[in-house]
Amino acid sequence: MSNPVLQVNDISMDFGGIRALDEIQLDVRQGEIAALIGPNGAGKTTFFNCITGIYTPTTGDVLVSPEGGAAKRINGMKPNLVTELGMARTFQNIRLFPSMTVLENVMIGTHCRTRSGLWGAVTRNRATRKEEADTIEKSFHLLELMNLEQYSNELACNLPYGKQRRLEIARALATGPFLLLLDEPAAGMNPQETMALKELVLDIRERFNISILLIEHDMKMVMSTSDRVFVLEYGRLIAHGTPKEVSENPAVIKAYLGEDEDV
Amino acid sequence: MEYFLELFFGGLTRGSIYALIALGYTMVYGIIELINFAHGEIYMIGAFTGLIVAGVLGALGFPGSAILVFAIVAAVIYSAAYGFTIEKIAYRPLRGAARLSPLISAIGMSIFLQNYVMLAQTSDFLPFPSLLPELGFVKHFKGILGSSDFIIIVTTIVVCVALTLFIKYTKMGKAMRATAQNRTMAQLVGVSVDTVISVTFIIGSSLAAVGGVLIASHIGQINYYIGFIAGLKAFTAAVLGGIGSIPGAMLGGLVLGLTEAFATGYVSSDYEDVFAFALLVLILIFRPSGIMGKEKIQKV
Amino acid sequence: MSNVTKADTGASQNPVAFFLTAGCESFAESLRKSVLASLWFIFLTFPIMVIKVDTINKTIDWRWMNMAYIGIGTFVLSFVWRWALARKELTKEESTRENISEKMLDRISSNSYAKYGFLALFAAAAVVFPHAVGMYQTNIMISCLIYIVLGLGLNMVVGIAGLLHLGYVAFYAVGAYSYALLNMHYGIGFWTALPIGALFGVVFAVLLGLPVLRLRGDYLAIVTLGFGEIVRLVLENWGDVTMGPSGISGIDRPGFFGVKFGVMDSITYAYYIMLGLLIFTIFVINRLQNSRLGRALLALREDEIASQAMGIDRTKAKLLAFALGSCWAGLAGVVFAAKTTFINPASFTFWESAIVLSVVVIGGMGSIRGVIAGAVILVLMPEYLRAFSEFRMLVFGATMVLVMVFRPQGLISAKRKIYTYVKGKSATNE
Ligand SMILES: Nc1ncnc2c1ncn2[C@@H]1O[C@H](COP(=O)(O)OP(=O)(O)O)[C@@H](O)[C@H]1O
Ligand SMILES: [Mg+2]
Repeated sequence: MSNPVLQVNDISMDFGGIRALDEIQLDVRQGEIAALIGPNGAGKTTFFNCITGIYTPTTGDVLVSPEGGAAKRINGMKPNLVTELGMARTFQNIRLFPSMTVLENVMIGTHCRTRSGLWGAVTRNRATRKEEADTIEKSFHLLELMNLEQYSNELACNLPYGKQRRLEIARALATGPFLLLLDEPAAGMNPQETMALKELVLDIRERFNISILLIEHDMKMVMSTSDRVFVLEYGRLIAHGTPKEVSENPAVIKAYLGEDEDV
Repeated sequence: MEYFLELFFGGLTRGSIYALIALGYTMVYGIIELINFAHGEIYMIGAFTGLIVAGVLGALGFPGSAILVFAIVAAVIYSAAYGFTIEKIAYRPLRGAARLSPLISAIGMSIFLQNYVMLAQTSDFLPFPSLLPELGFVKHFKGILGSSDFIIIVTTIVVCVALTLFIKYTKMGKAMRATAQNRTMAQLVGVSVDTVISVTFIIGSSLAAVGGVLIASHIGQINYYIGFIAGLKAFTAAVLGGIGSIPGAMLGGLVLGLTEAFATGYVSSDYEDVFAFALLVLILIFRPSGIMGKEKIQKV
Repeated sequence: MSNVTKADTGASQNPVAFFLTAGCESFAESLRKSVLASLWFIFLTFPIMVIKVDTINKTIDWRWMNMAYIGIGTFVLSFVWRWALARKELTKEESTRENISEKMLDRISSNSYAKYGFLALFAAAAVVFPHAVGMYQTNIMISCLIYIVLGLGLNMVVGIAGLLHLGYVAFYAVGAYSYALLNMHYGIGFWTALPIGALFGVVFAVLLGLPVLRLRGDYLAIVTLGFGEIVRLVLENWGDVTMGPSGISGIDRPGFFGVKFGVMDSITYAYYIMLGLLIFTIFVINRLQNSRLGRALLALREDEIASQAMGIDRTKAKLLAFALGSCWAGLAGVVFAAKTTFINPASFTFWESAIVLSVVVIGGMGSIRGVIAGAVILVLMPEYLRAFSEFRMLVFGATMVLVMVFRPQGLISAKRKIYTYVKGKSATNE
């Protein structure tokens, strides 16, 4: 069995008196697609925020180990450093750079993998020109992969919703992650778009050889893509296992269908 | 000791005025998260309205107490009207715009109002009649506490208590608190957010007007520029207390007033404003949520 | 909701009818609204516009004509206001609205002959300008150039990085006083002082920026404002060093390899220095804008959290923008001190910051052409319309509000670079 690339040990997150996450234990293995599911308000997005440095968890540890690298404790680390380490995310409520072009959005993603500074920008020396050309090429390729290349020079805010979601994925991939965190990527998509997205997620794993942690409400998508599923309810991890195990777990059924139906 | 007490009461008077203005900043910020940069100008317009009304009534031979009442009432009405109008013109069309847009609009409004008053009236200092009556019993505190100090401090306390009761017990007050907490939810349960925002501007502006007339009468002169510095200091007071918090604004005003009074009294009067601004910078750096404010984690 | 559909039908009518009934059911309703607005403003402006009391002589001046002006003015303006709001609502969809002048600019810059032709024409005009006009005009033009450079510097902070900076002239003052003091005490010349002024600007920016740049946008605005006031007050009160309110006079004009010019020539010389500085500024900003760092700053303005999640170090990026902006303020300050040979704290009030901010906001945040246009309009117009100059700040204030309400992107909106990609090799054009 391969090493976990992400190991989360008992993290909790309190907001004032409210405990949004309660001792969550979760791991993602190399090359795996793991899903995090649960009703609205269960704490899934909060979990993402905790492991990407946007919030600092109240207690617990977040350990990452890029392939071949040593495990590193990252709680409390700044979000940009987490990204630099190789965890990239998308946002549930799309956060693109609205008045920059689609291509520029992706180019921003390469920021932590490029180096040129003020001097390079002003003199446009050879290293800078080369780096810029590489950035452009890489970004175009990512847009091609997402089927967005014809929109390259449009402003991101003018894209339709489903395409904005795909652009967010392209931007996250541009940071060169080993673990991609997707927060409800299919939200607001129609069934065809969701189908295409499912293929895309599987394709991304193959092509980039990365692991994916996915928050999703669409059960068909979760069941057909994920290797393992973690279920949150009221900030607690109530079950985890293969999709099949989880879908037969009484606690999960109860959480999803409500008390009445179960009884 | 006497000097200390003199400084203390001087600081209290000053702080009371800051508190009255700070309440407007804090209430507006609590509800629409905007630093209403033009609020200092509302205070200035209050003072000018008071001066004009007092001038007209004085020329008509009204008695002093009637002049005081009319001047304050007119100042309150006009400041409230200006506050209401400014919100409609400069802020309401910008709801939902980028965060800095209303702030820039507010700065523009502030510049506009200053120059409007300067051009329509004068750029010189105008003497302001002393409208506040001499109180007999204050004589015992000669050299420490003047009549107008006493009146200002007491008025501020009364106004603050009234405001607190209003916010706590009236329907409108409850709607205001609900809107401050969560605008969308408030709207869903039937609060008319537009009305609440308008009322907030009206109340905040009225308080500033009261402060404007009182302090102008106490100091004895005004010009079109007084709102800028007073506004900045009142904003400092609001932040000091924890912006969005009403008791915080009062506390912040008093703390700032006292700090200034003692700093100028014991250190140097040249740097009076430097102390205030330095205090502002330091608070924002070390405790941006203020004395009474709560730390908030931005929701992502 | 219903407002939008009404406006839609309005647009298909003829423009006059649309203007008269914008945002209303009928002409009668809009007439009623305008009358009410007019009455409301008559009431609102009554004490301040109509009455003027002389508290010493106890006389009152009633200026009834003002009431009439206000009544008529607001009646007409209320139609314009509703019309503009309705139009804004209608055109909301196309987020990149262009006006005629922008289209012209685009057409010119897309045709490279026209573009270089225009640039050459501009350059020629700029070079002969001081010889064609008198000293007075040249002086005004130098001020204008200084404001353009200040505007472009502030644009890096406000327009590109999205940090509202209200104390910008503090750094301008730092530059000016650096030169004035170094010149007075040590006889240091202009060319040595120029980089020193810039450096001091950067040092002050970093010292202030390190603690305050993590503050939220509006708090940052107030802190920078407070800082600006502190700097001015210190300049005013620290008489031993800064000579207090009376300022420093007799500052050396710029020399040329030891040669000193007469008044006339040195003004021409200062003009060329400023022109050179401007060209340098435009060059740097133009290159920076479409570079890795420039994009990072823009991303920071667009969405702070997302930009962090993309690996951008927020503090570093903000500090960079802040320091760059202040560097230019410092440079401009040195030139200012050398040009006027006299400086005092009154040149560095909050209003100066407000003017530079208006240049950026009204011209178009993030756009070089916009800032230039903004500075030319805001500085030259009141200069040439003397009668108008006392209304200058009034008009600035009103324009800032109107621009925010009706055209938040400013006169000339920033354009993003167009990239083209050919398989195998990447090529770009602008
Ligand atoms: N910054 C915050 N401050 C206070 N409460 C928060 C904050 N962020 C999230 N919460 C609370 O945490 C809980 C979980 O929210 P979230 O993680 O968004 O749920 P999910 O993504 O599973 O729908 C909710 O009750 C939410 O209100
Ligand atoms: Mg969520």
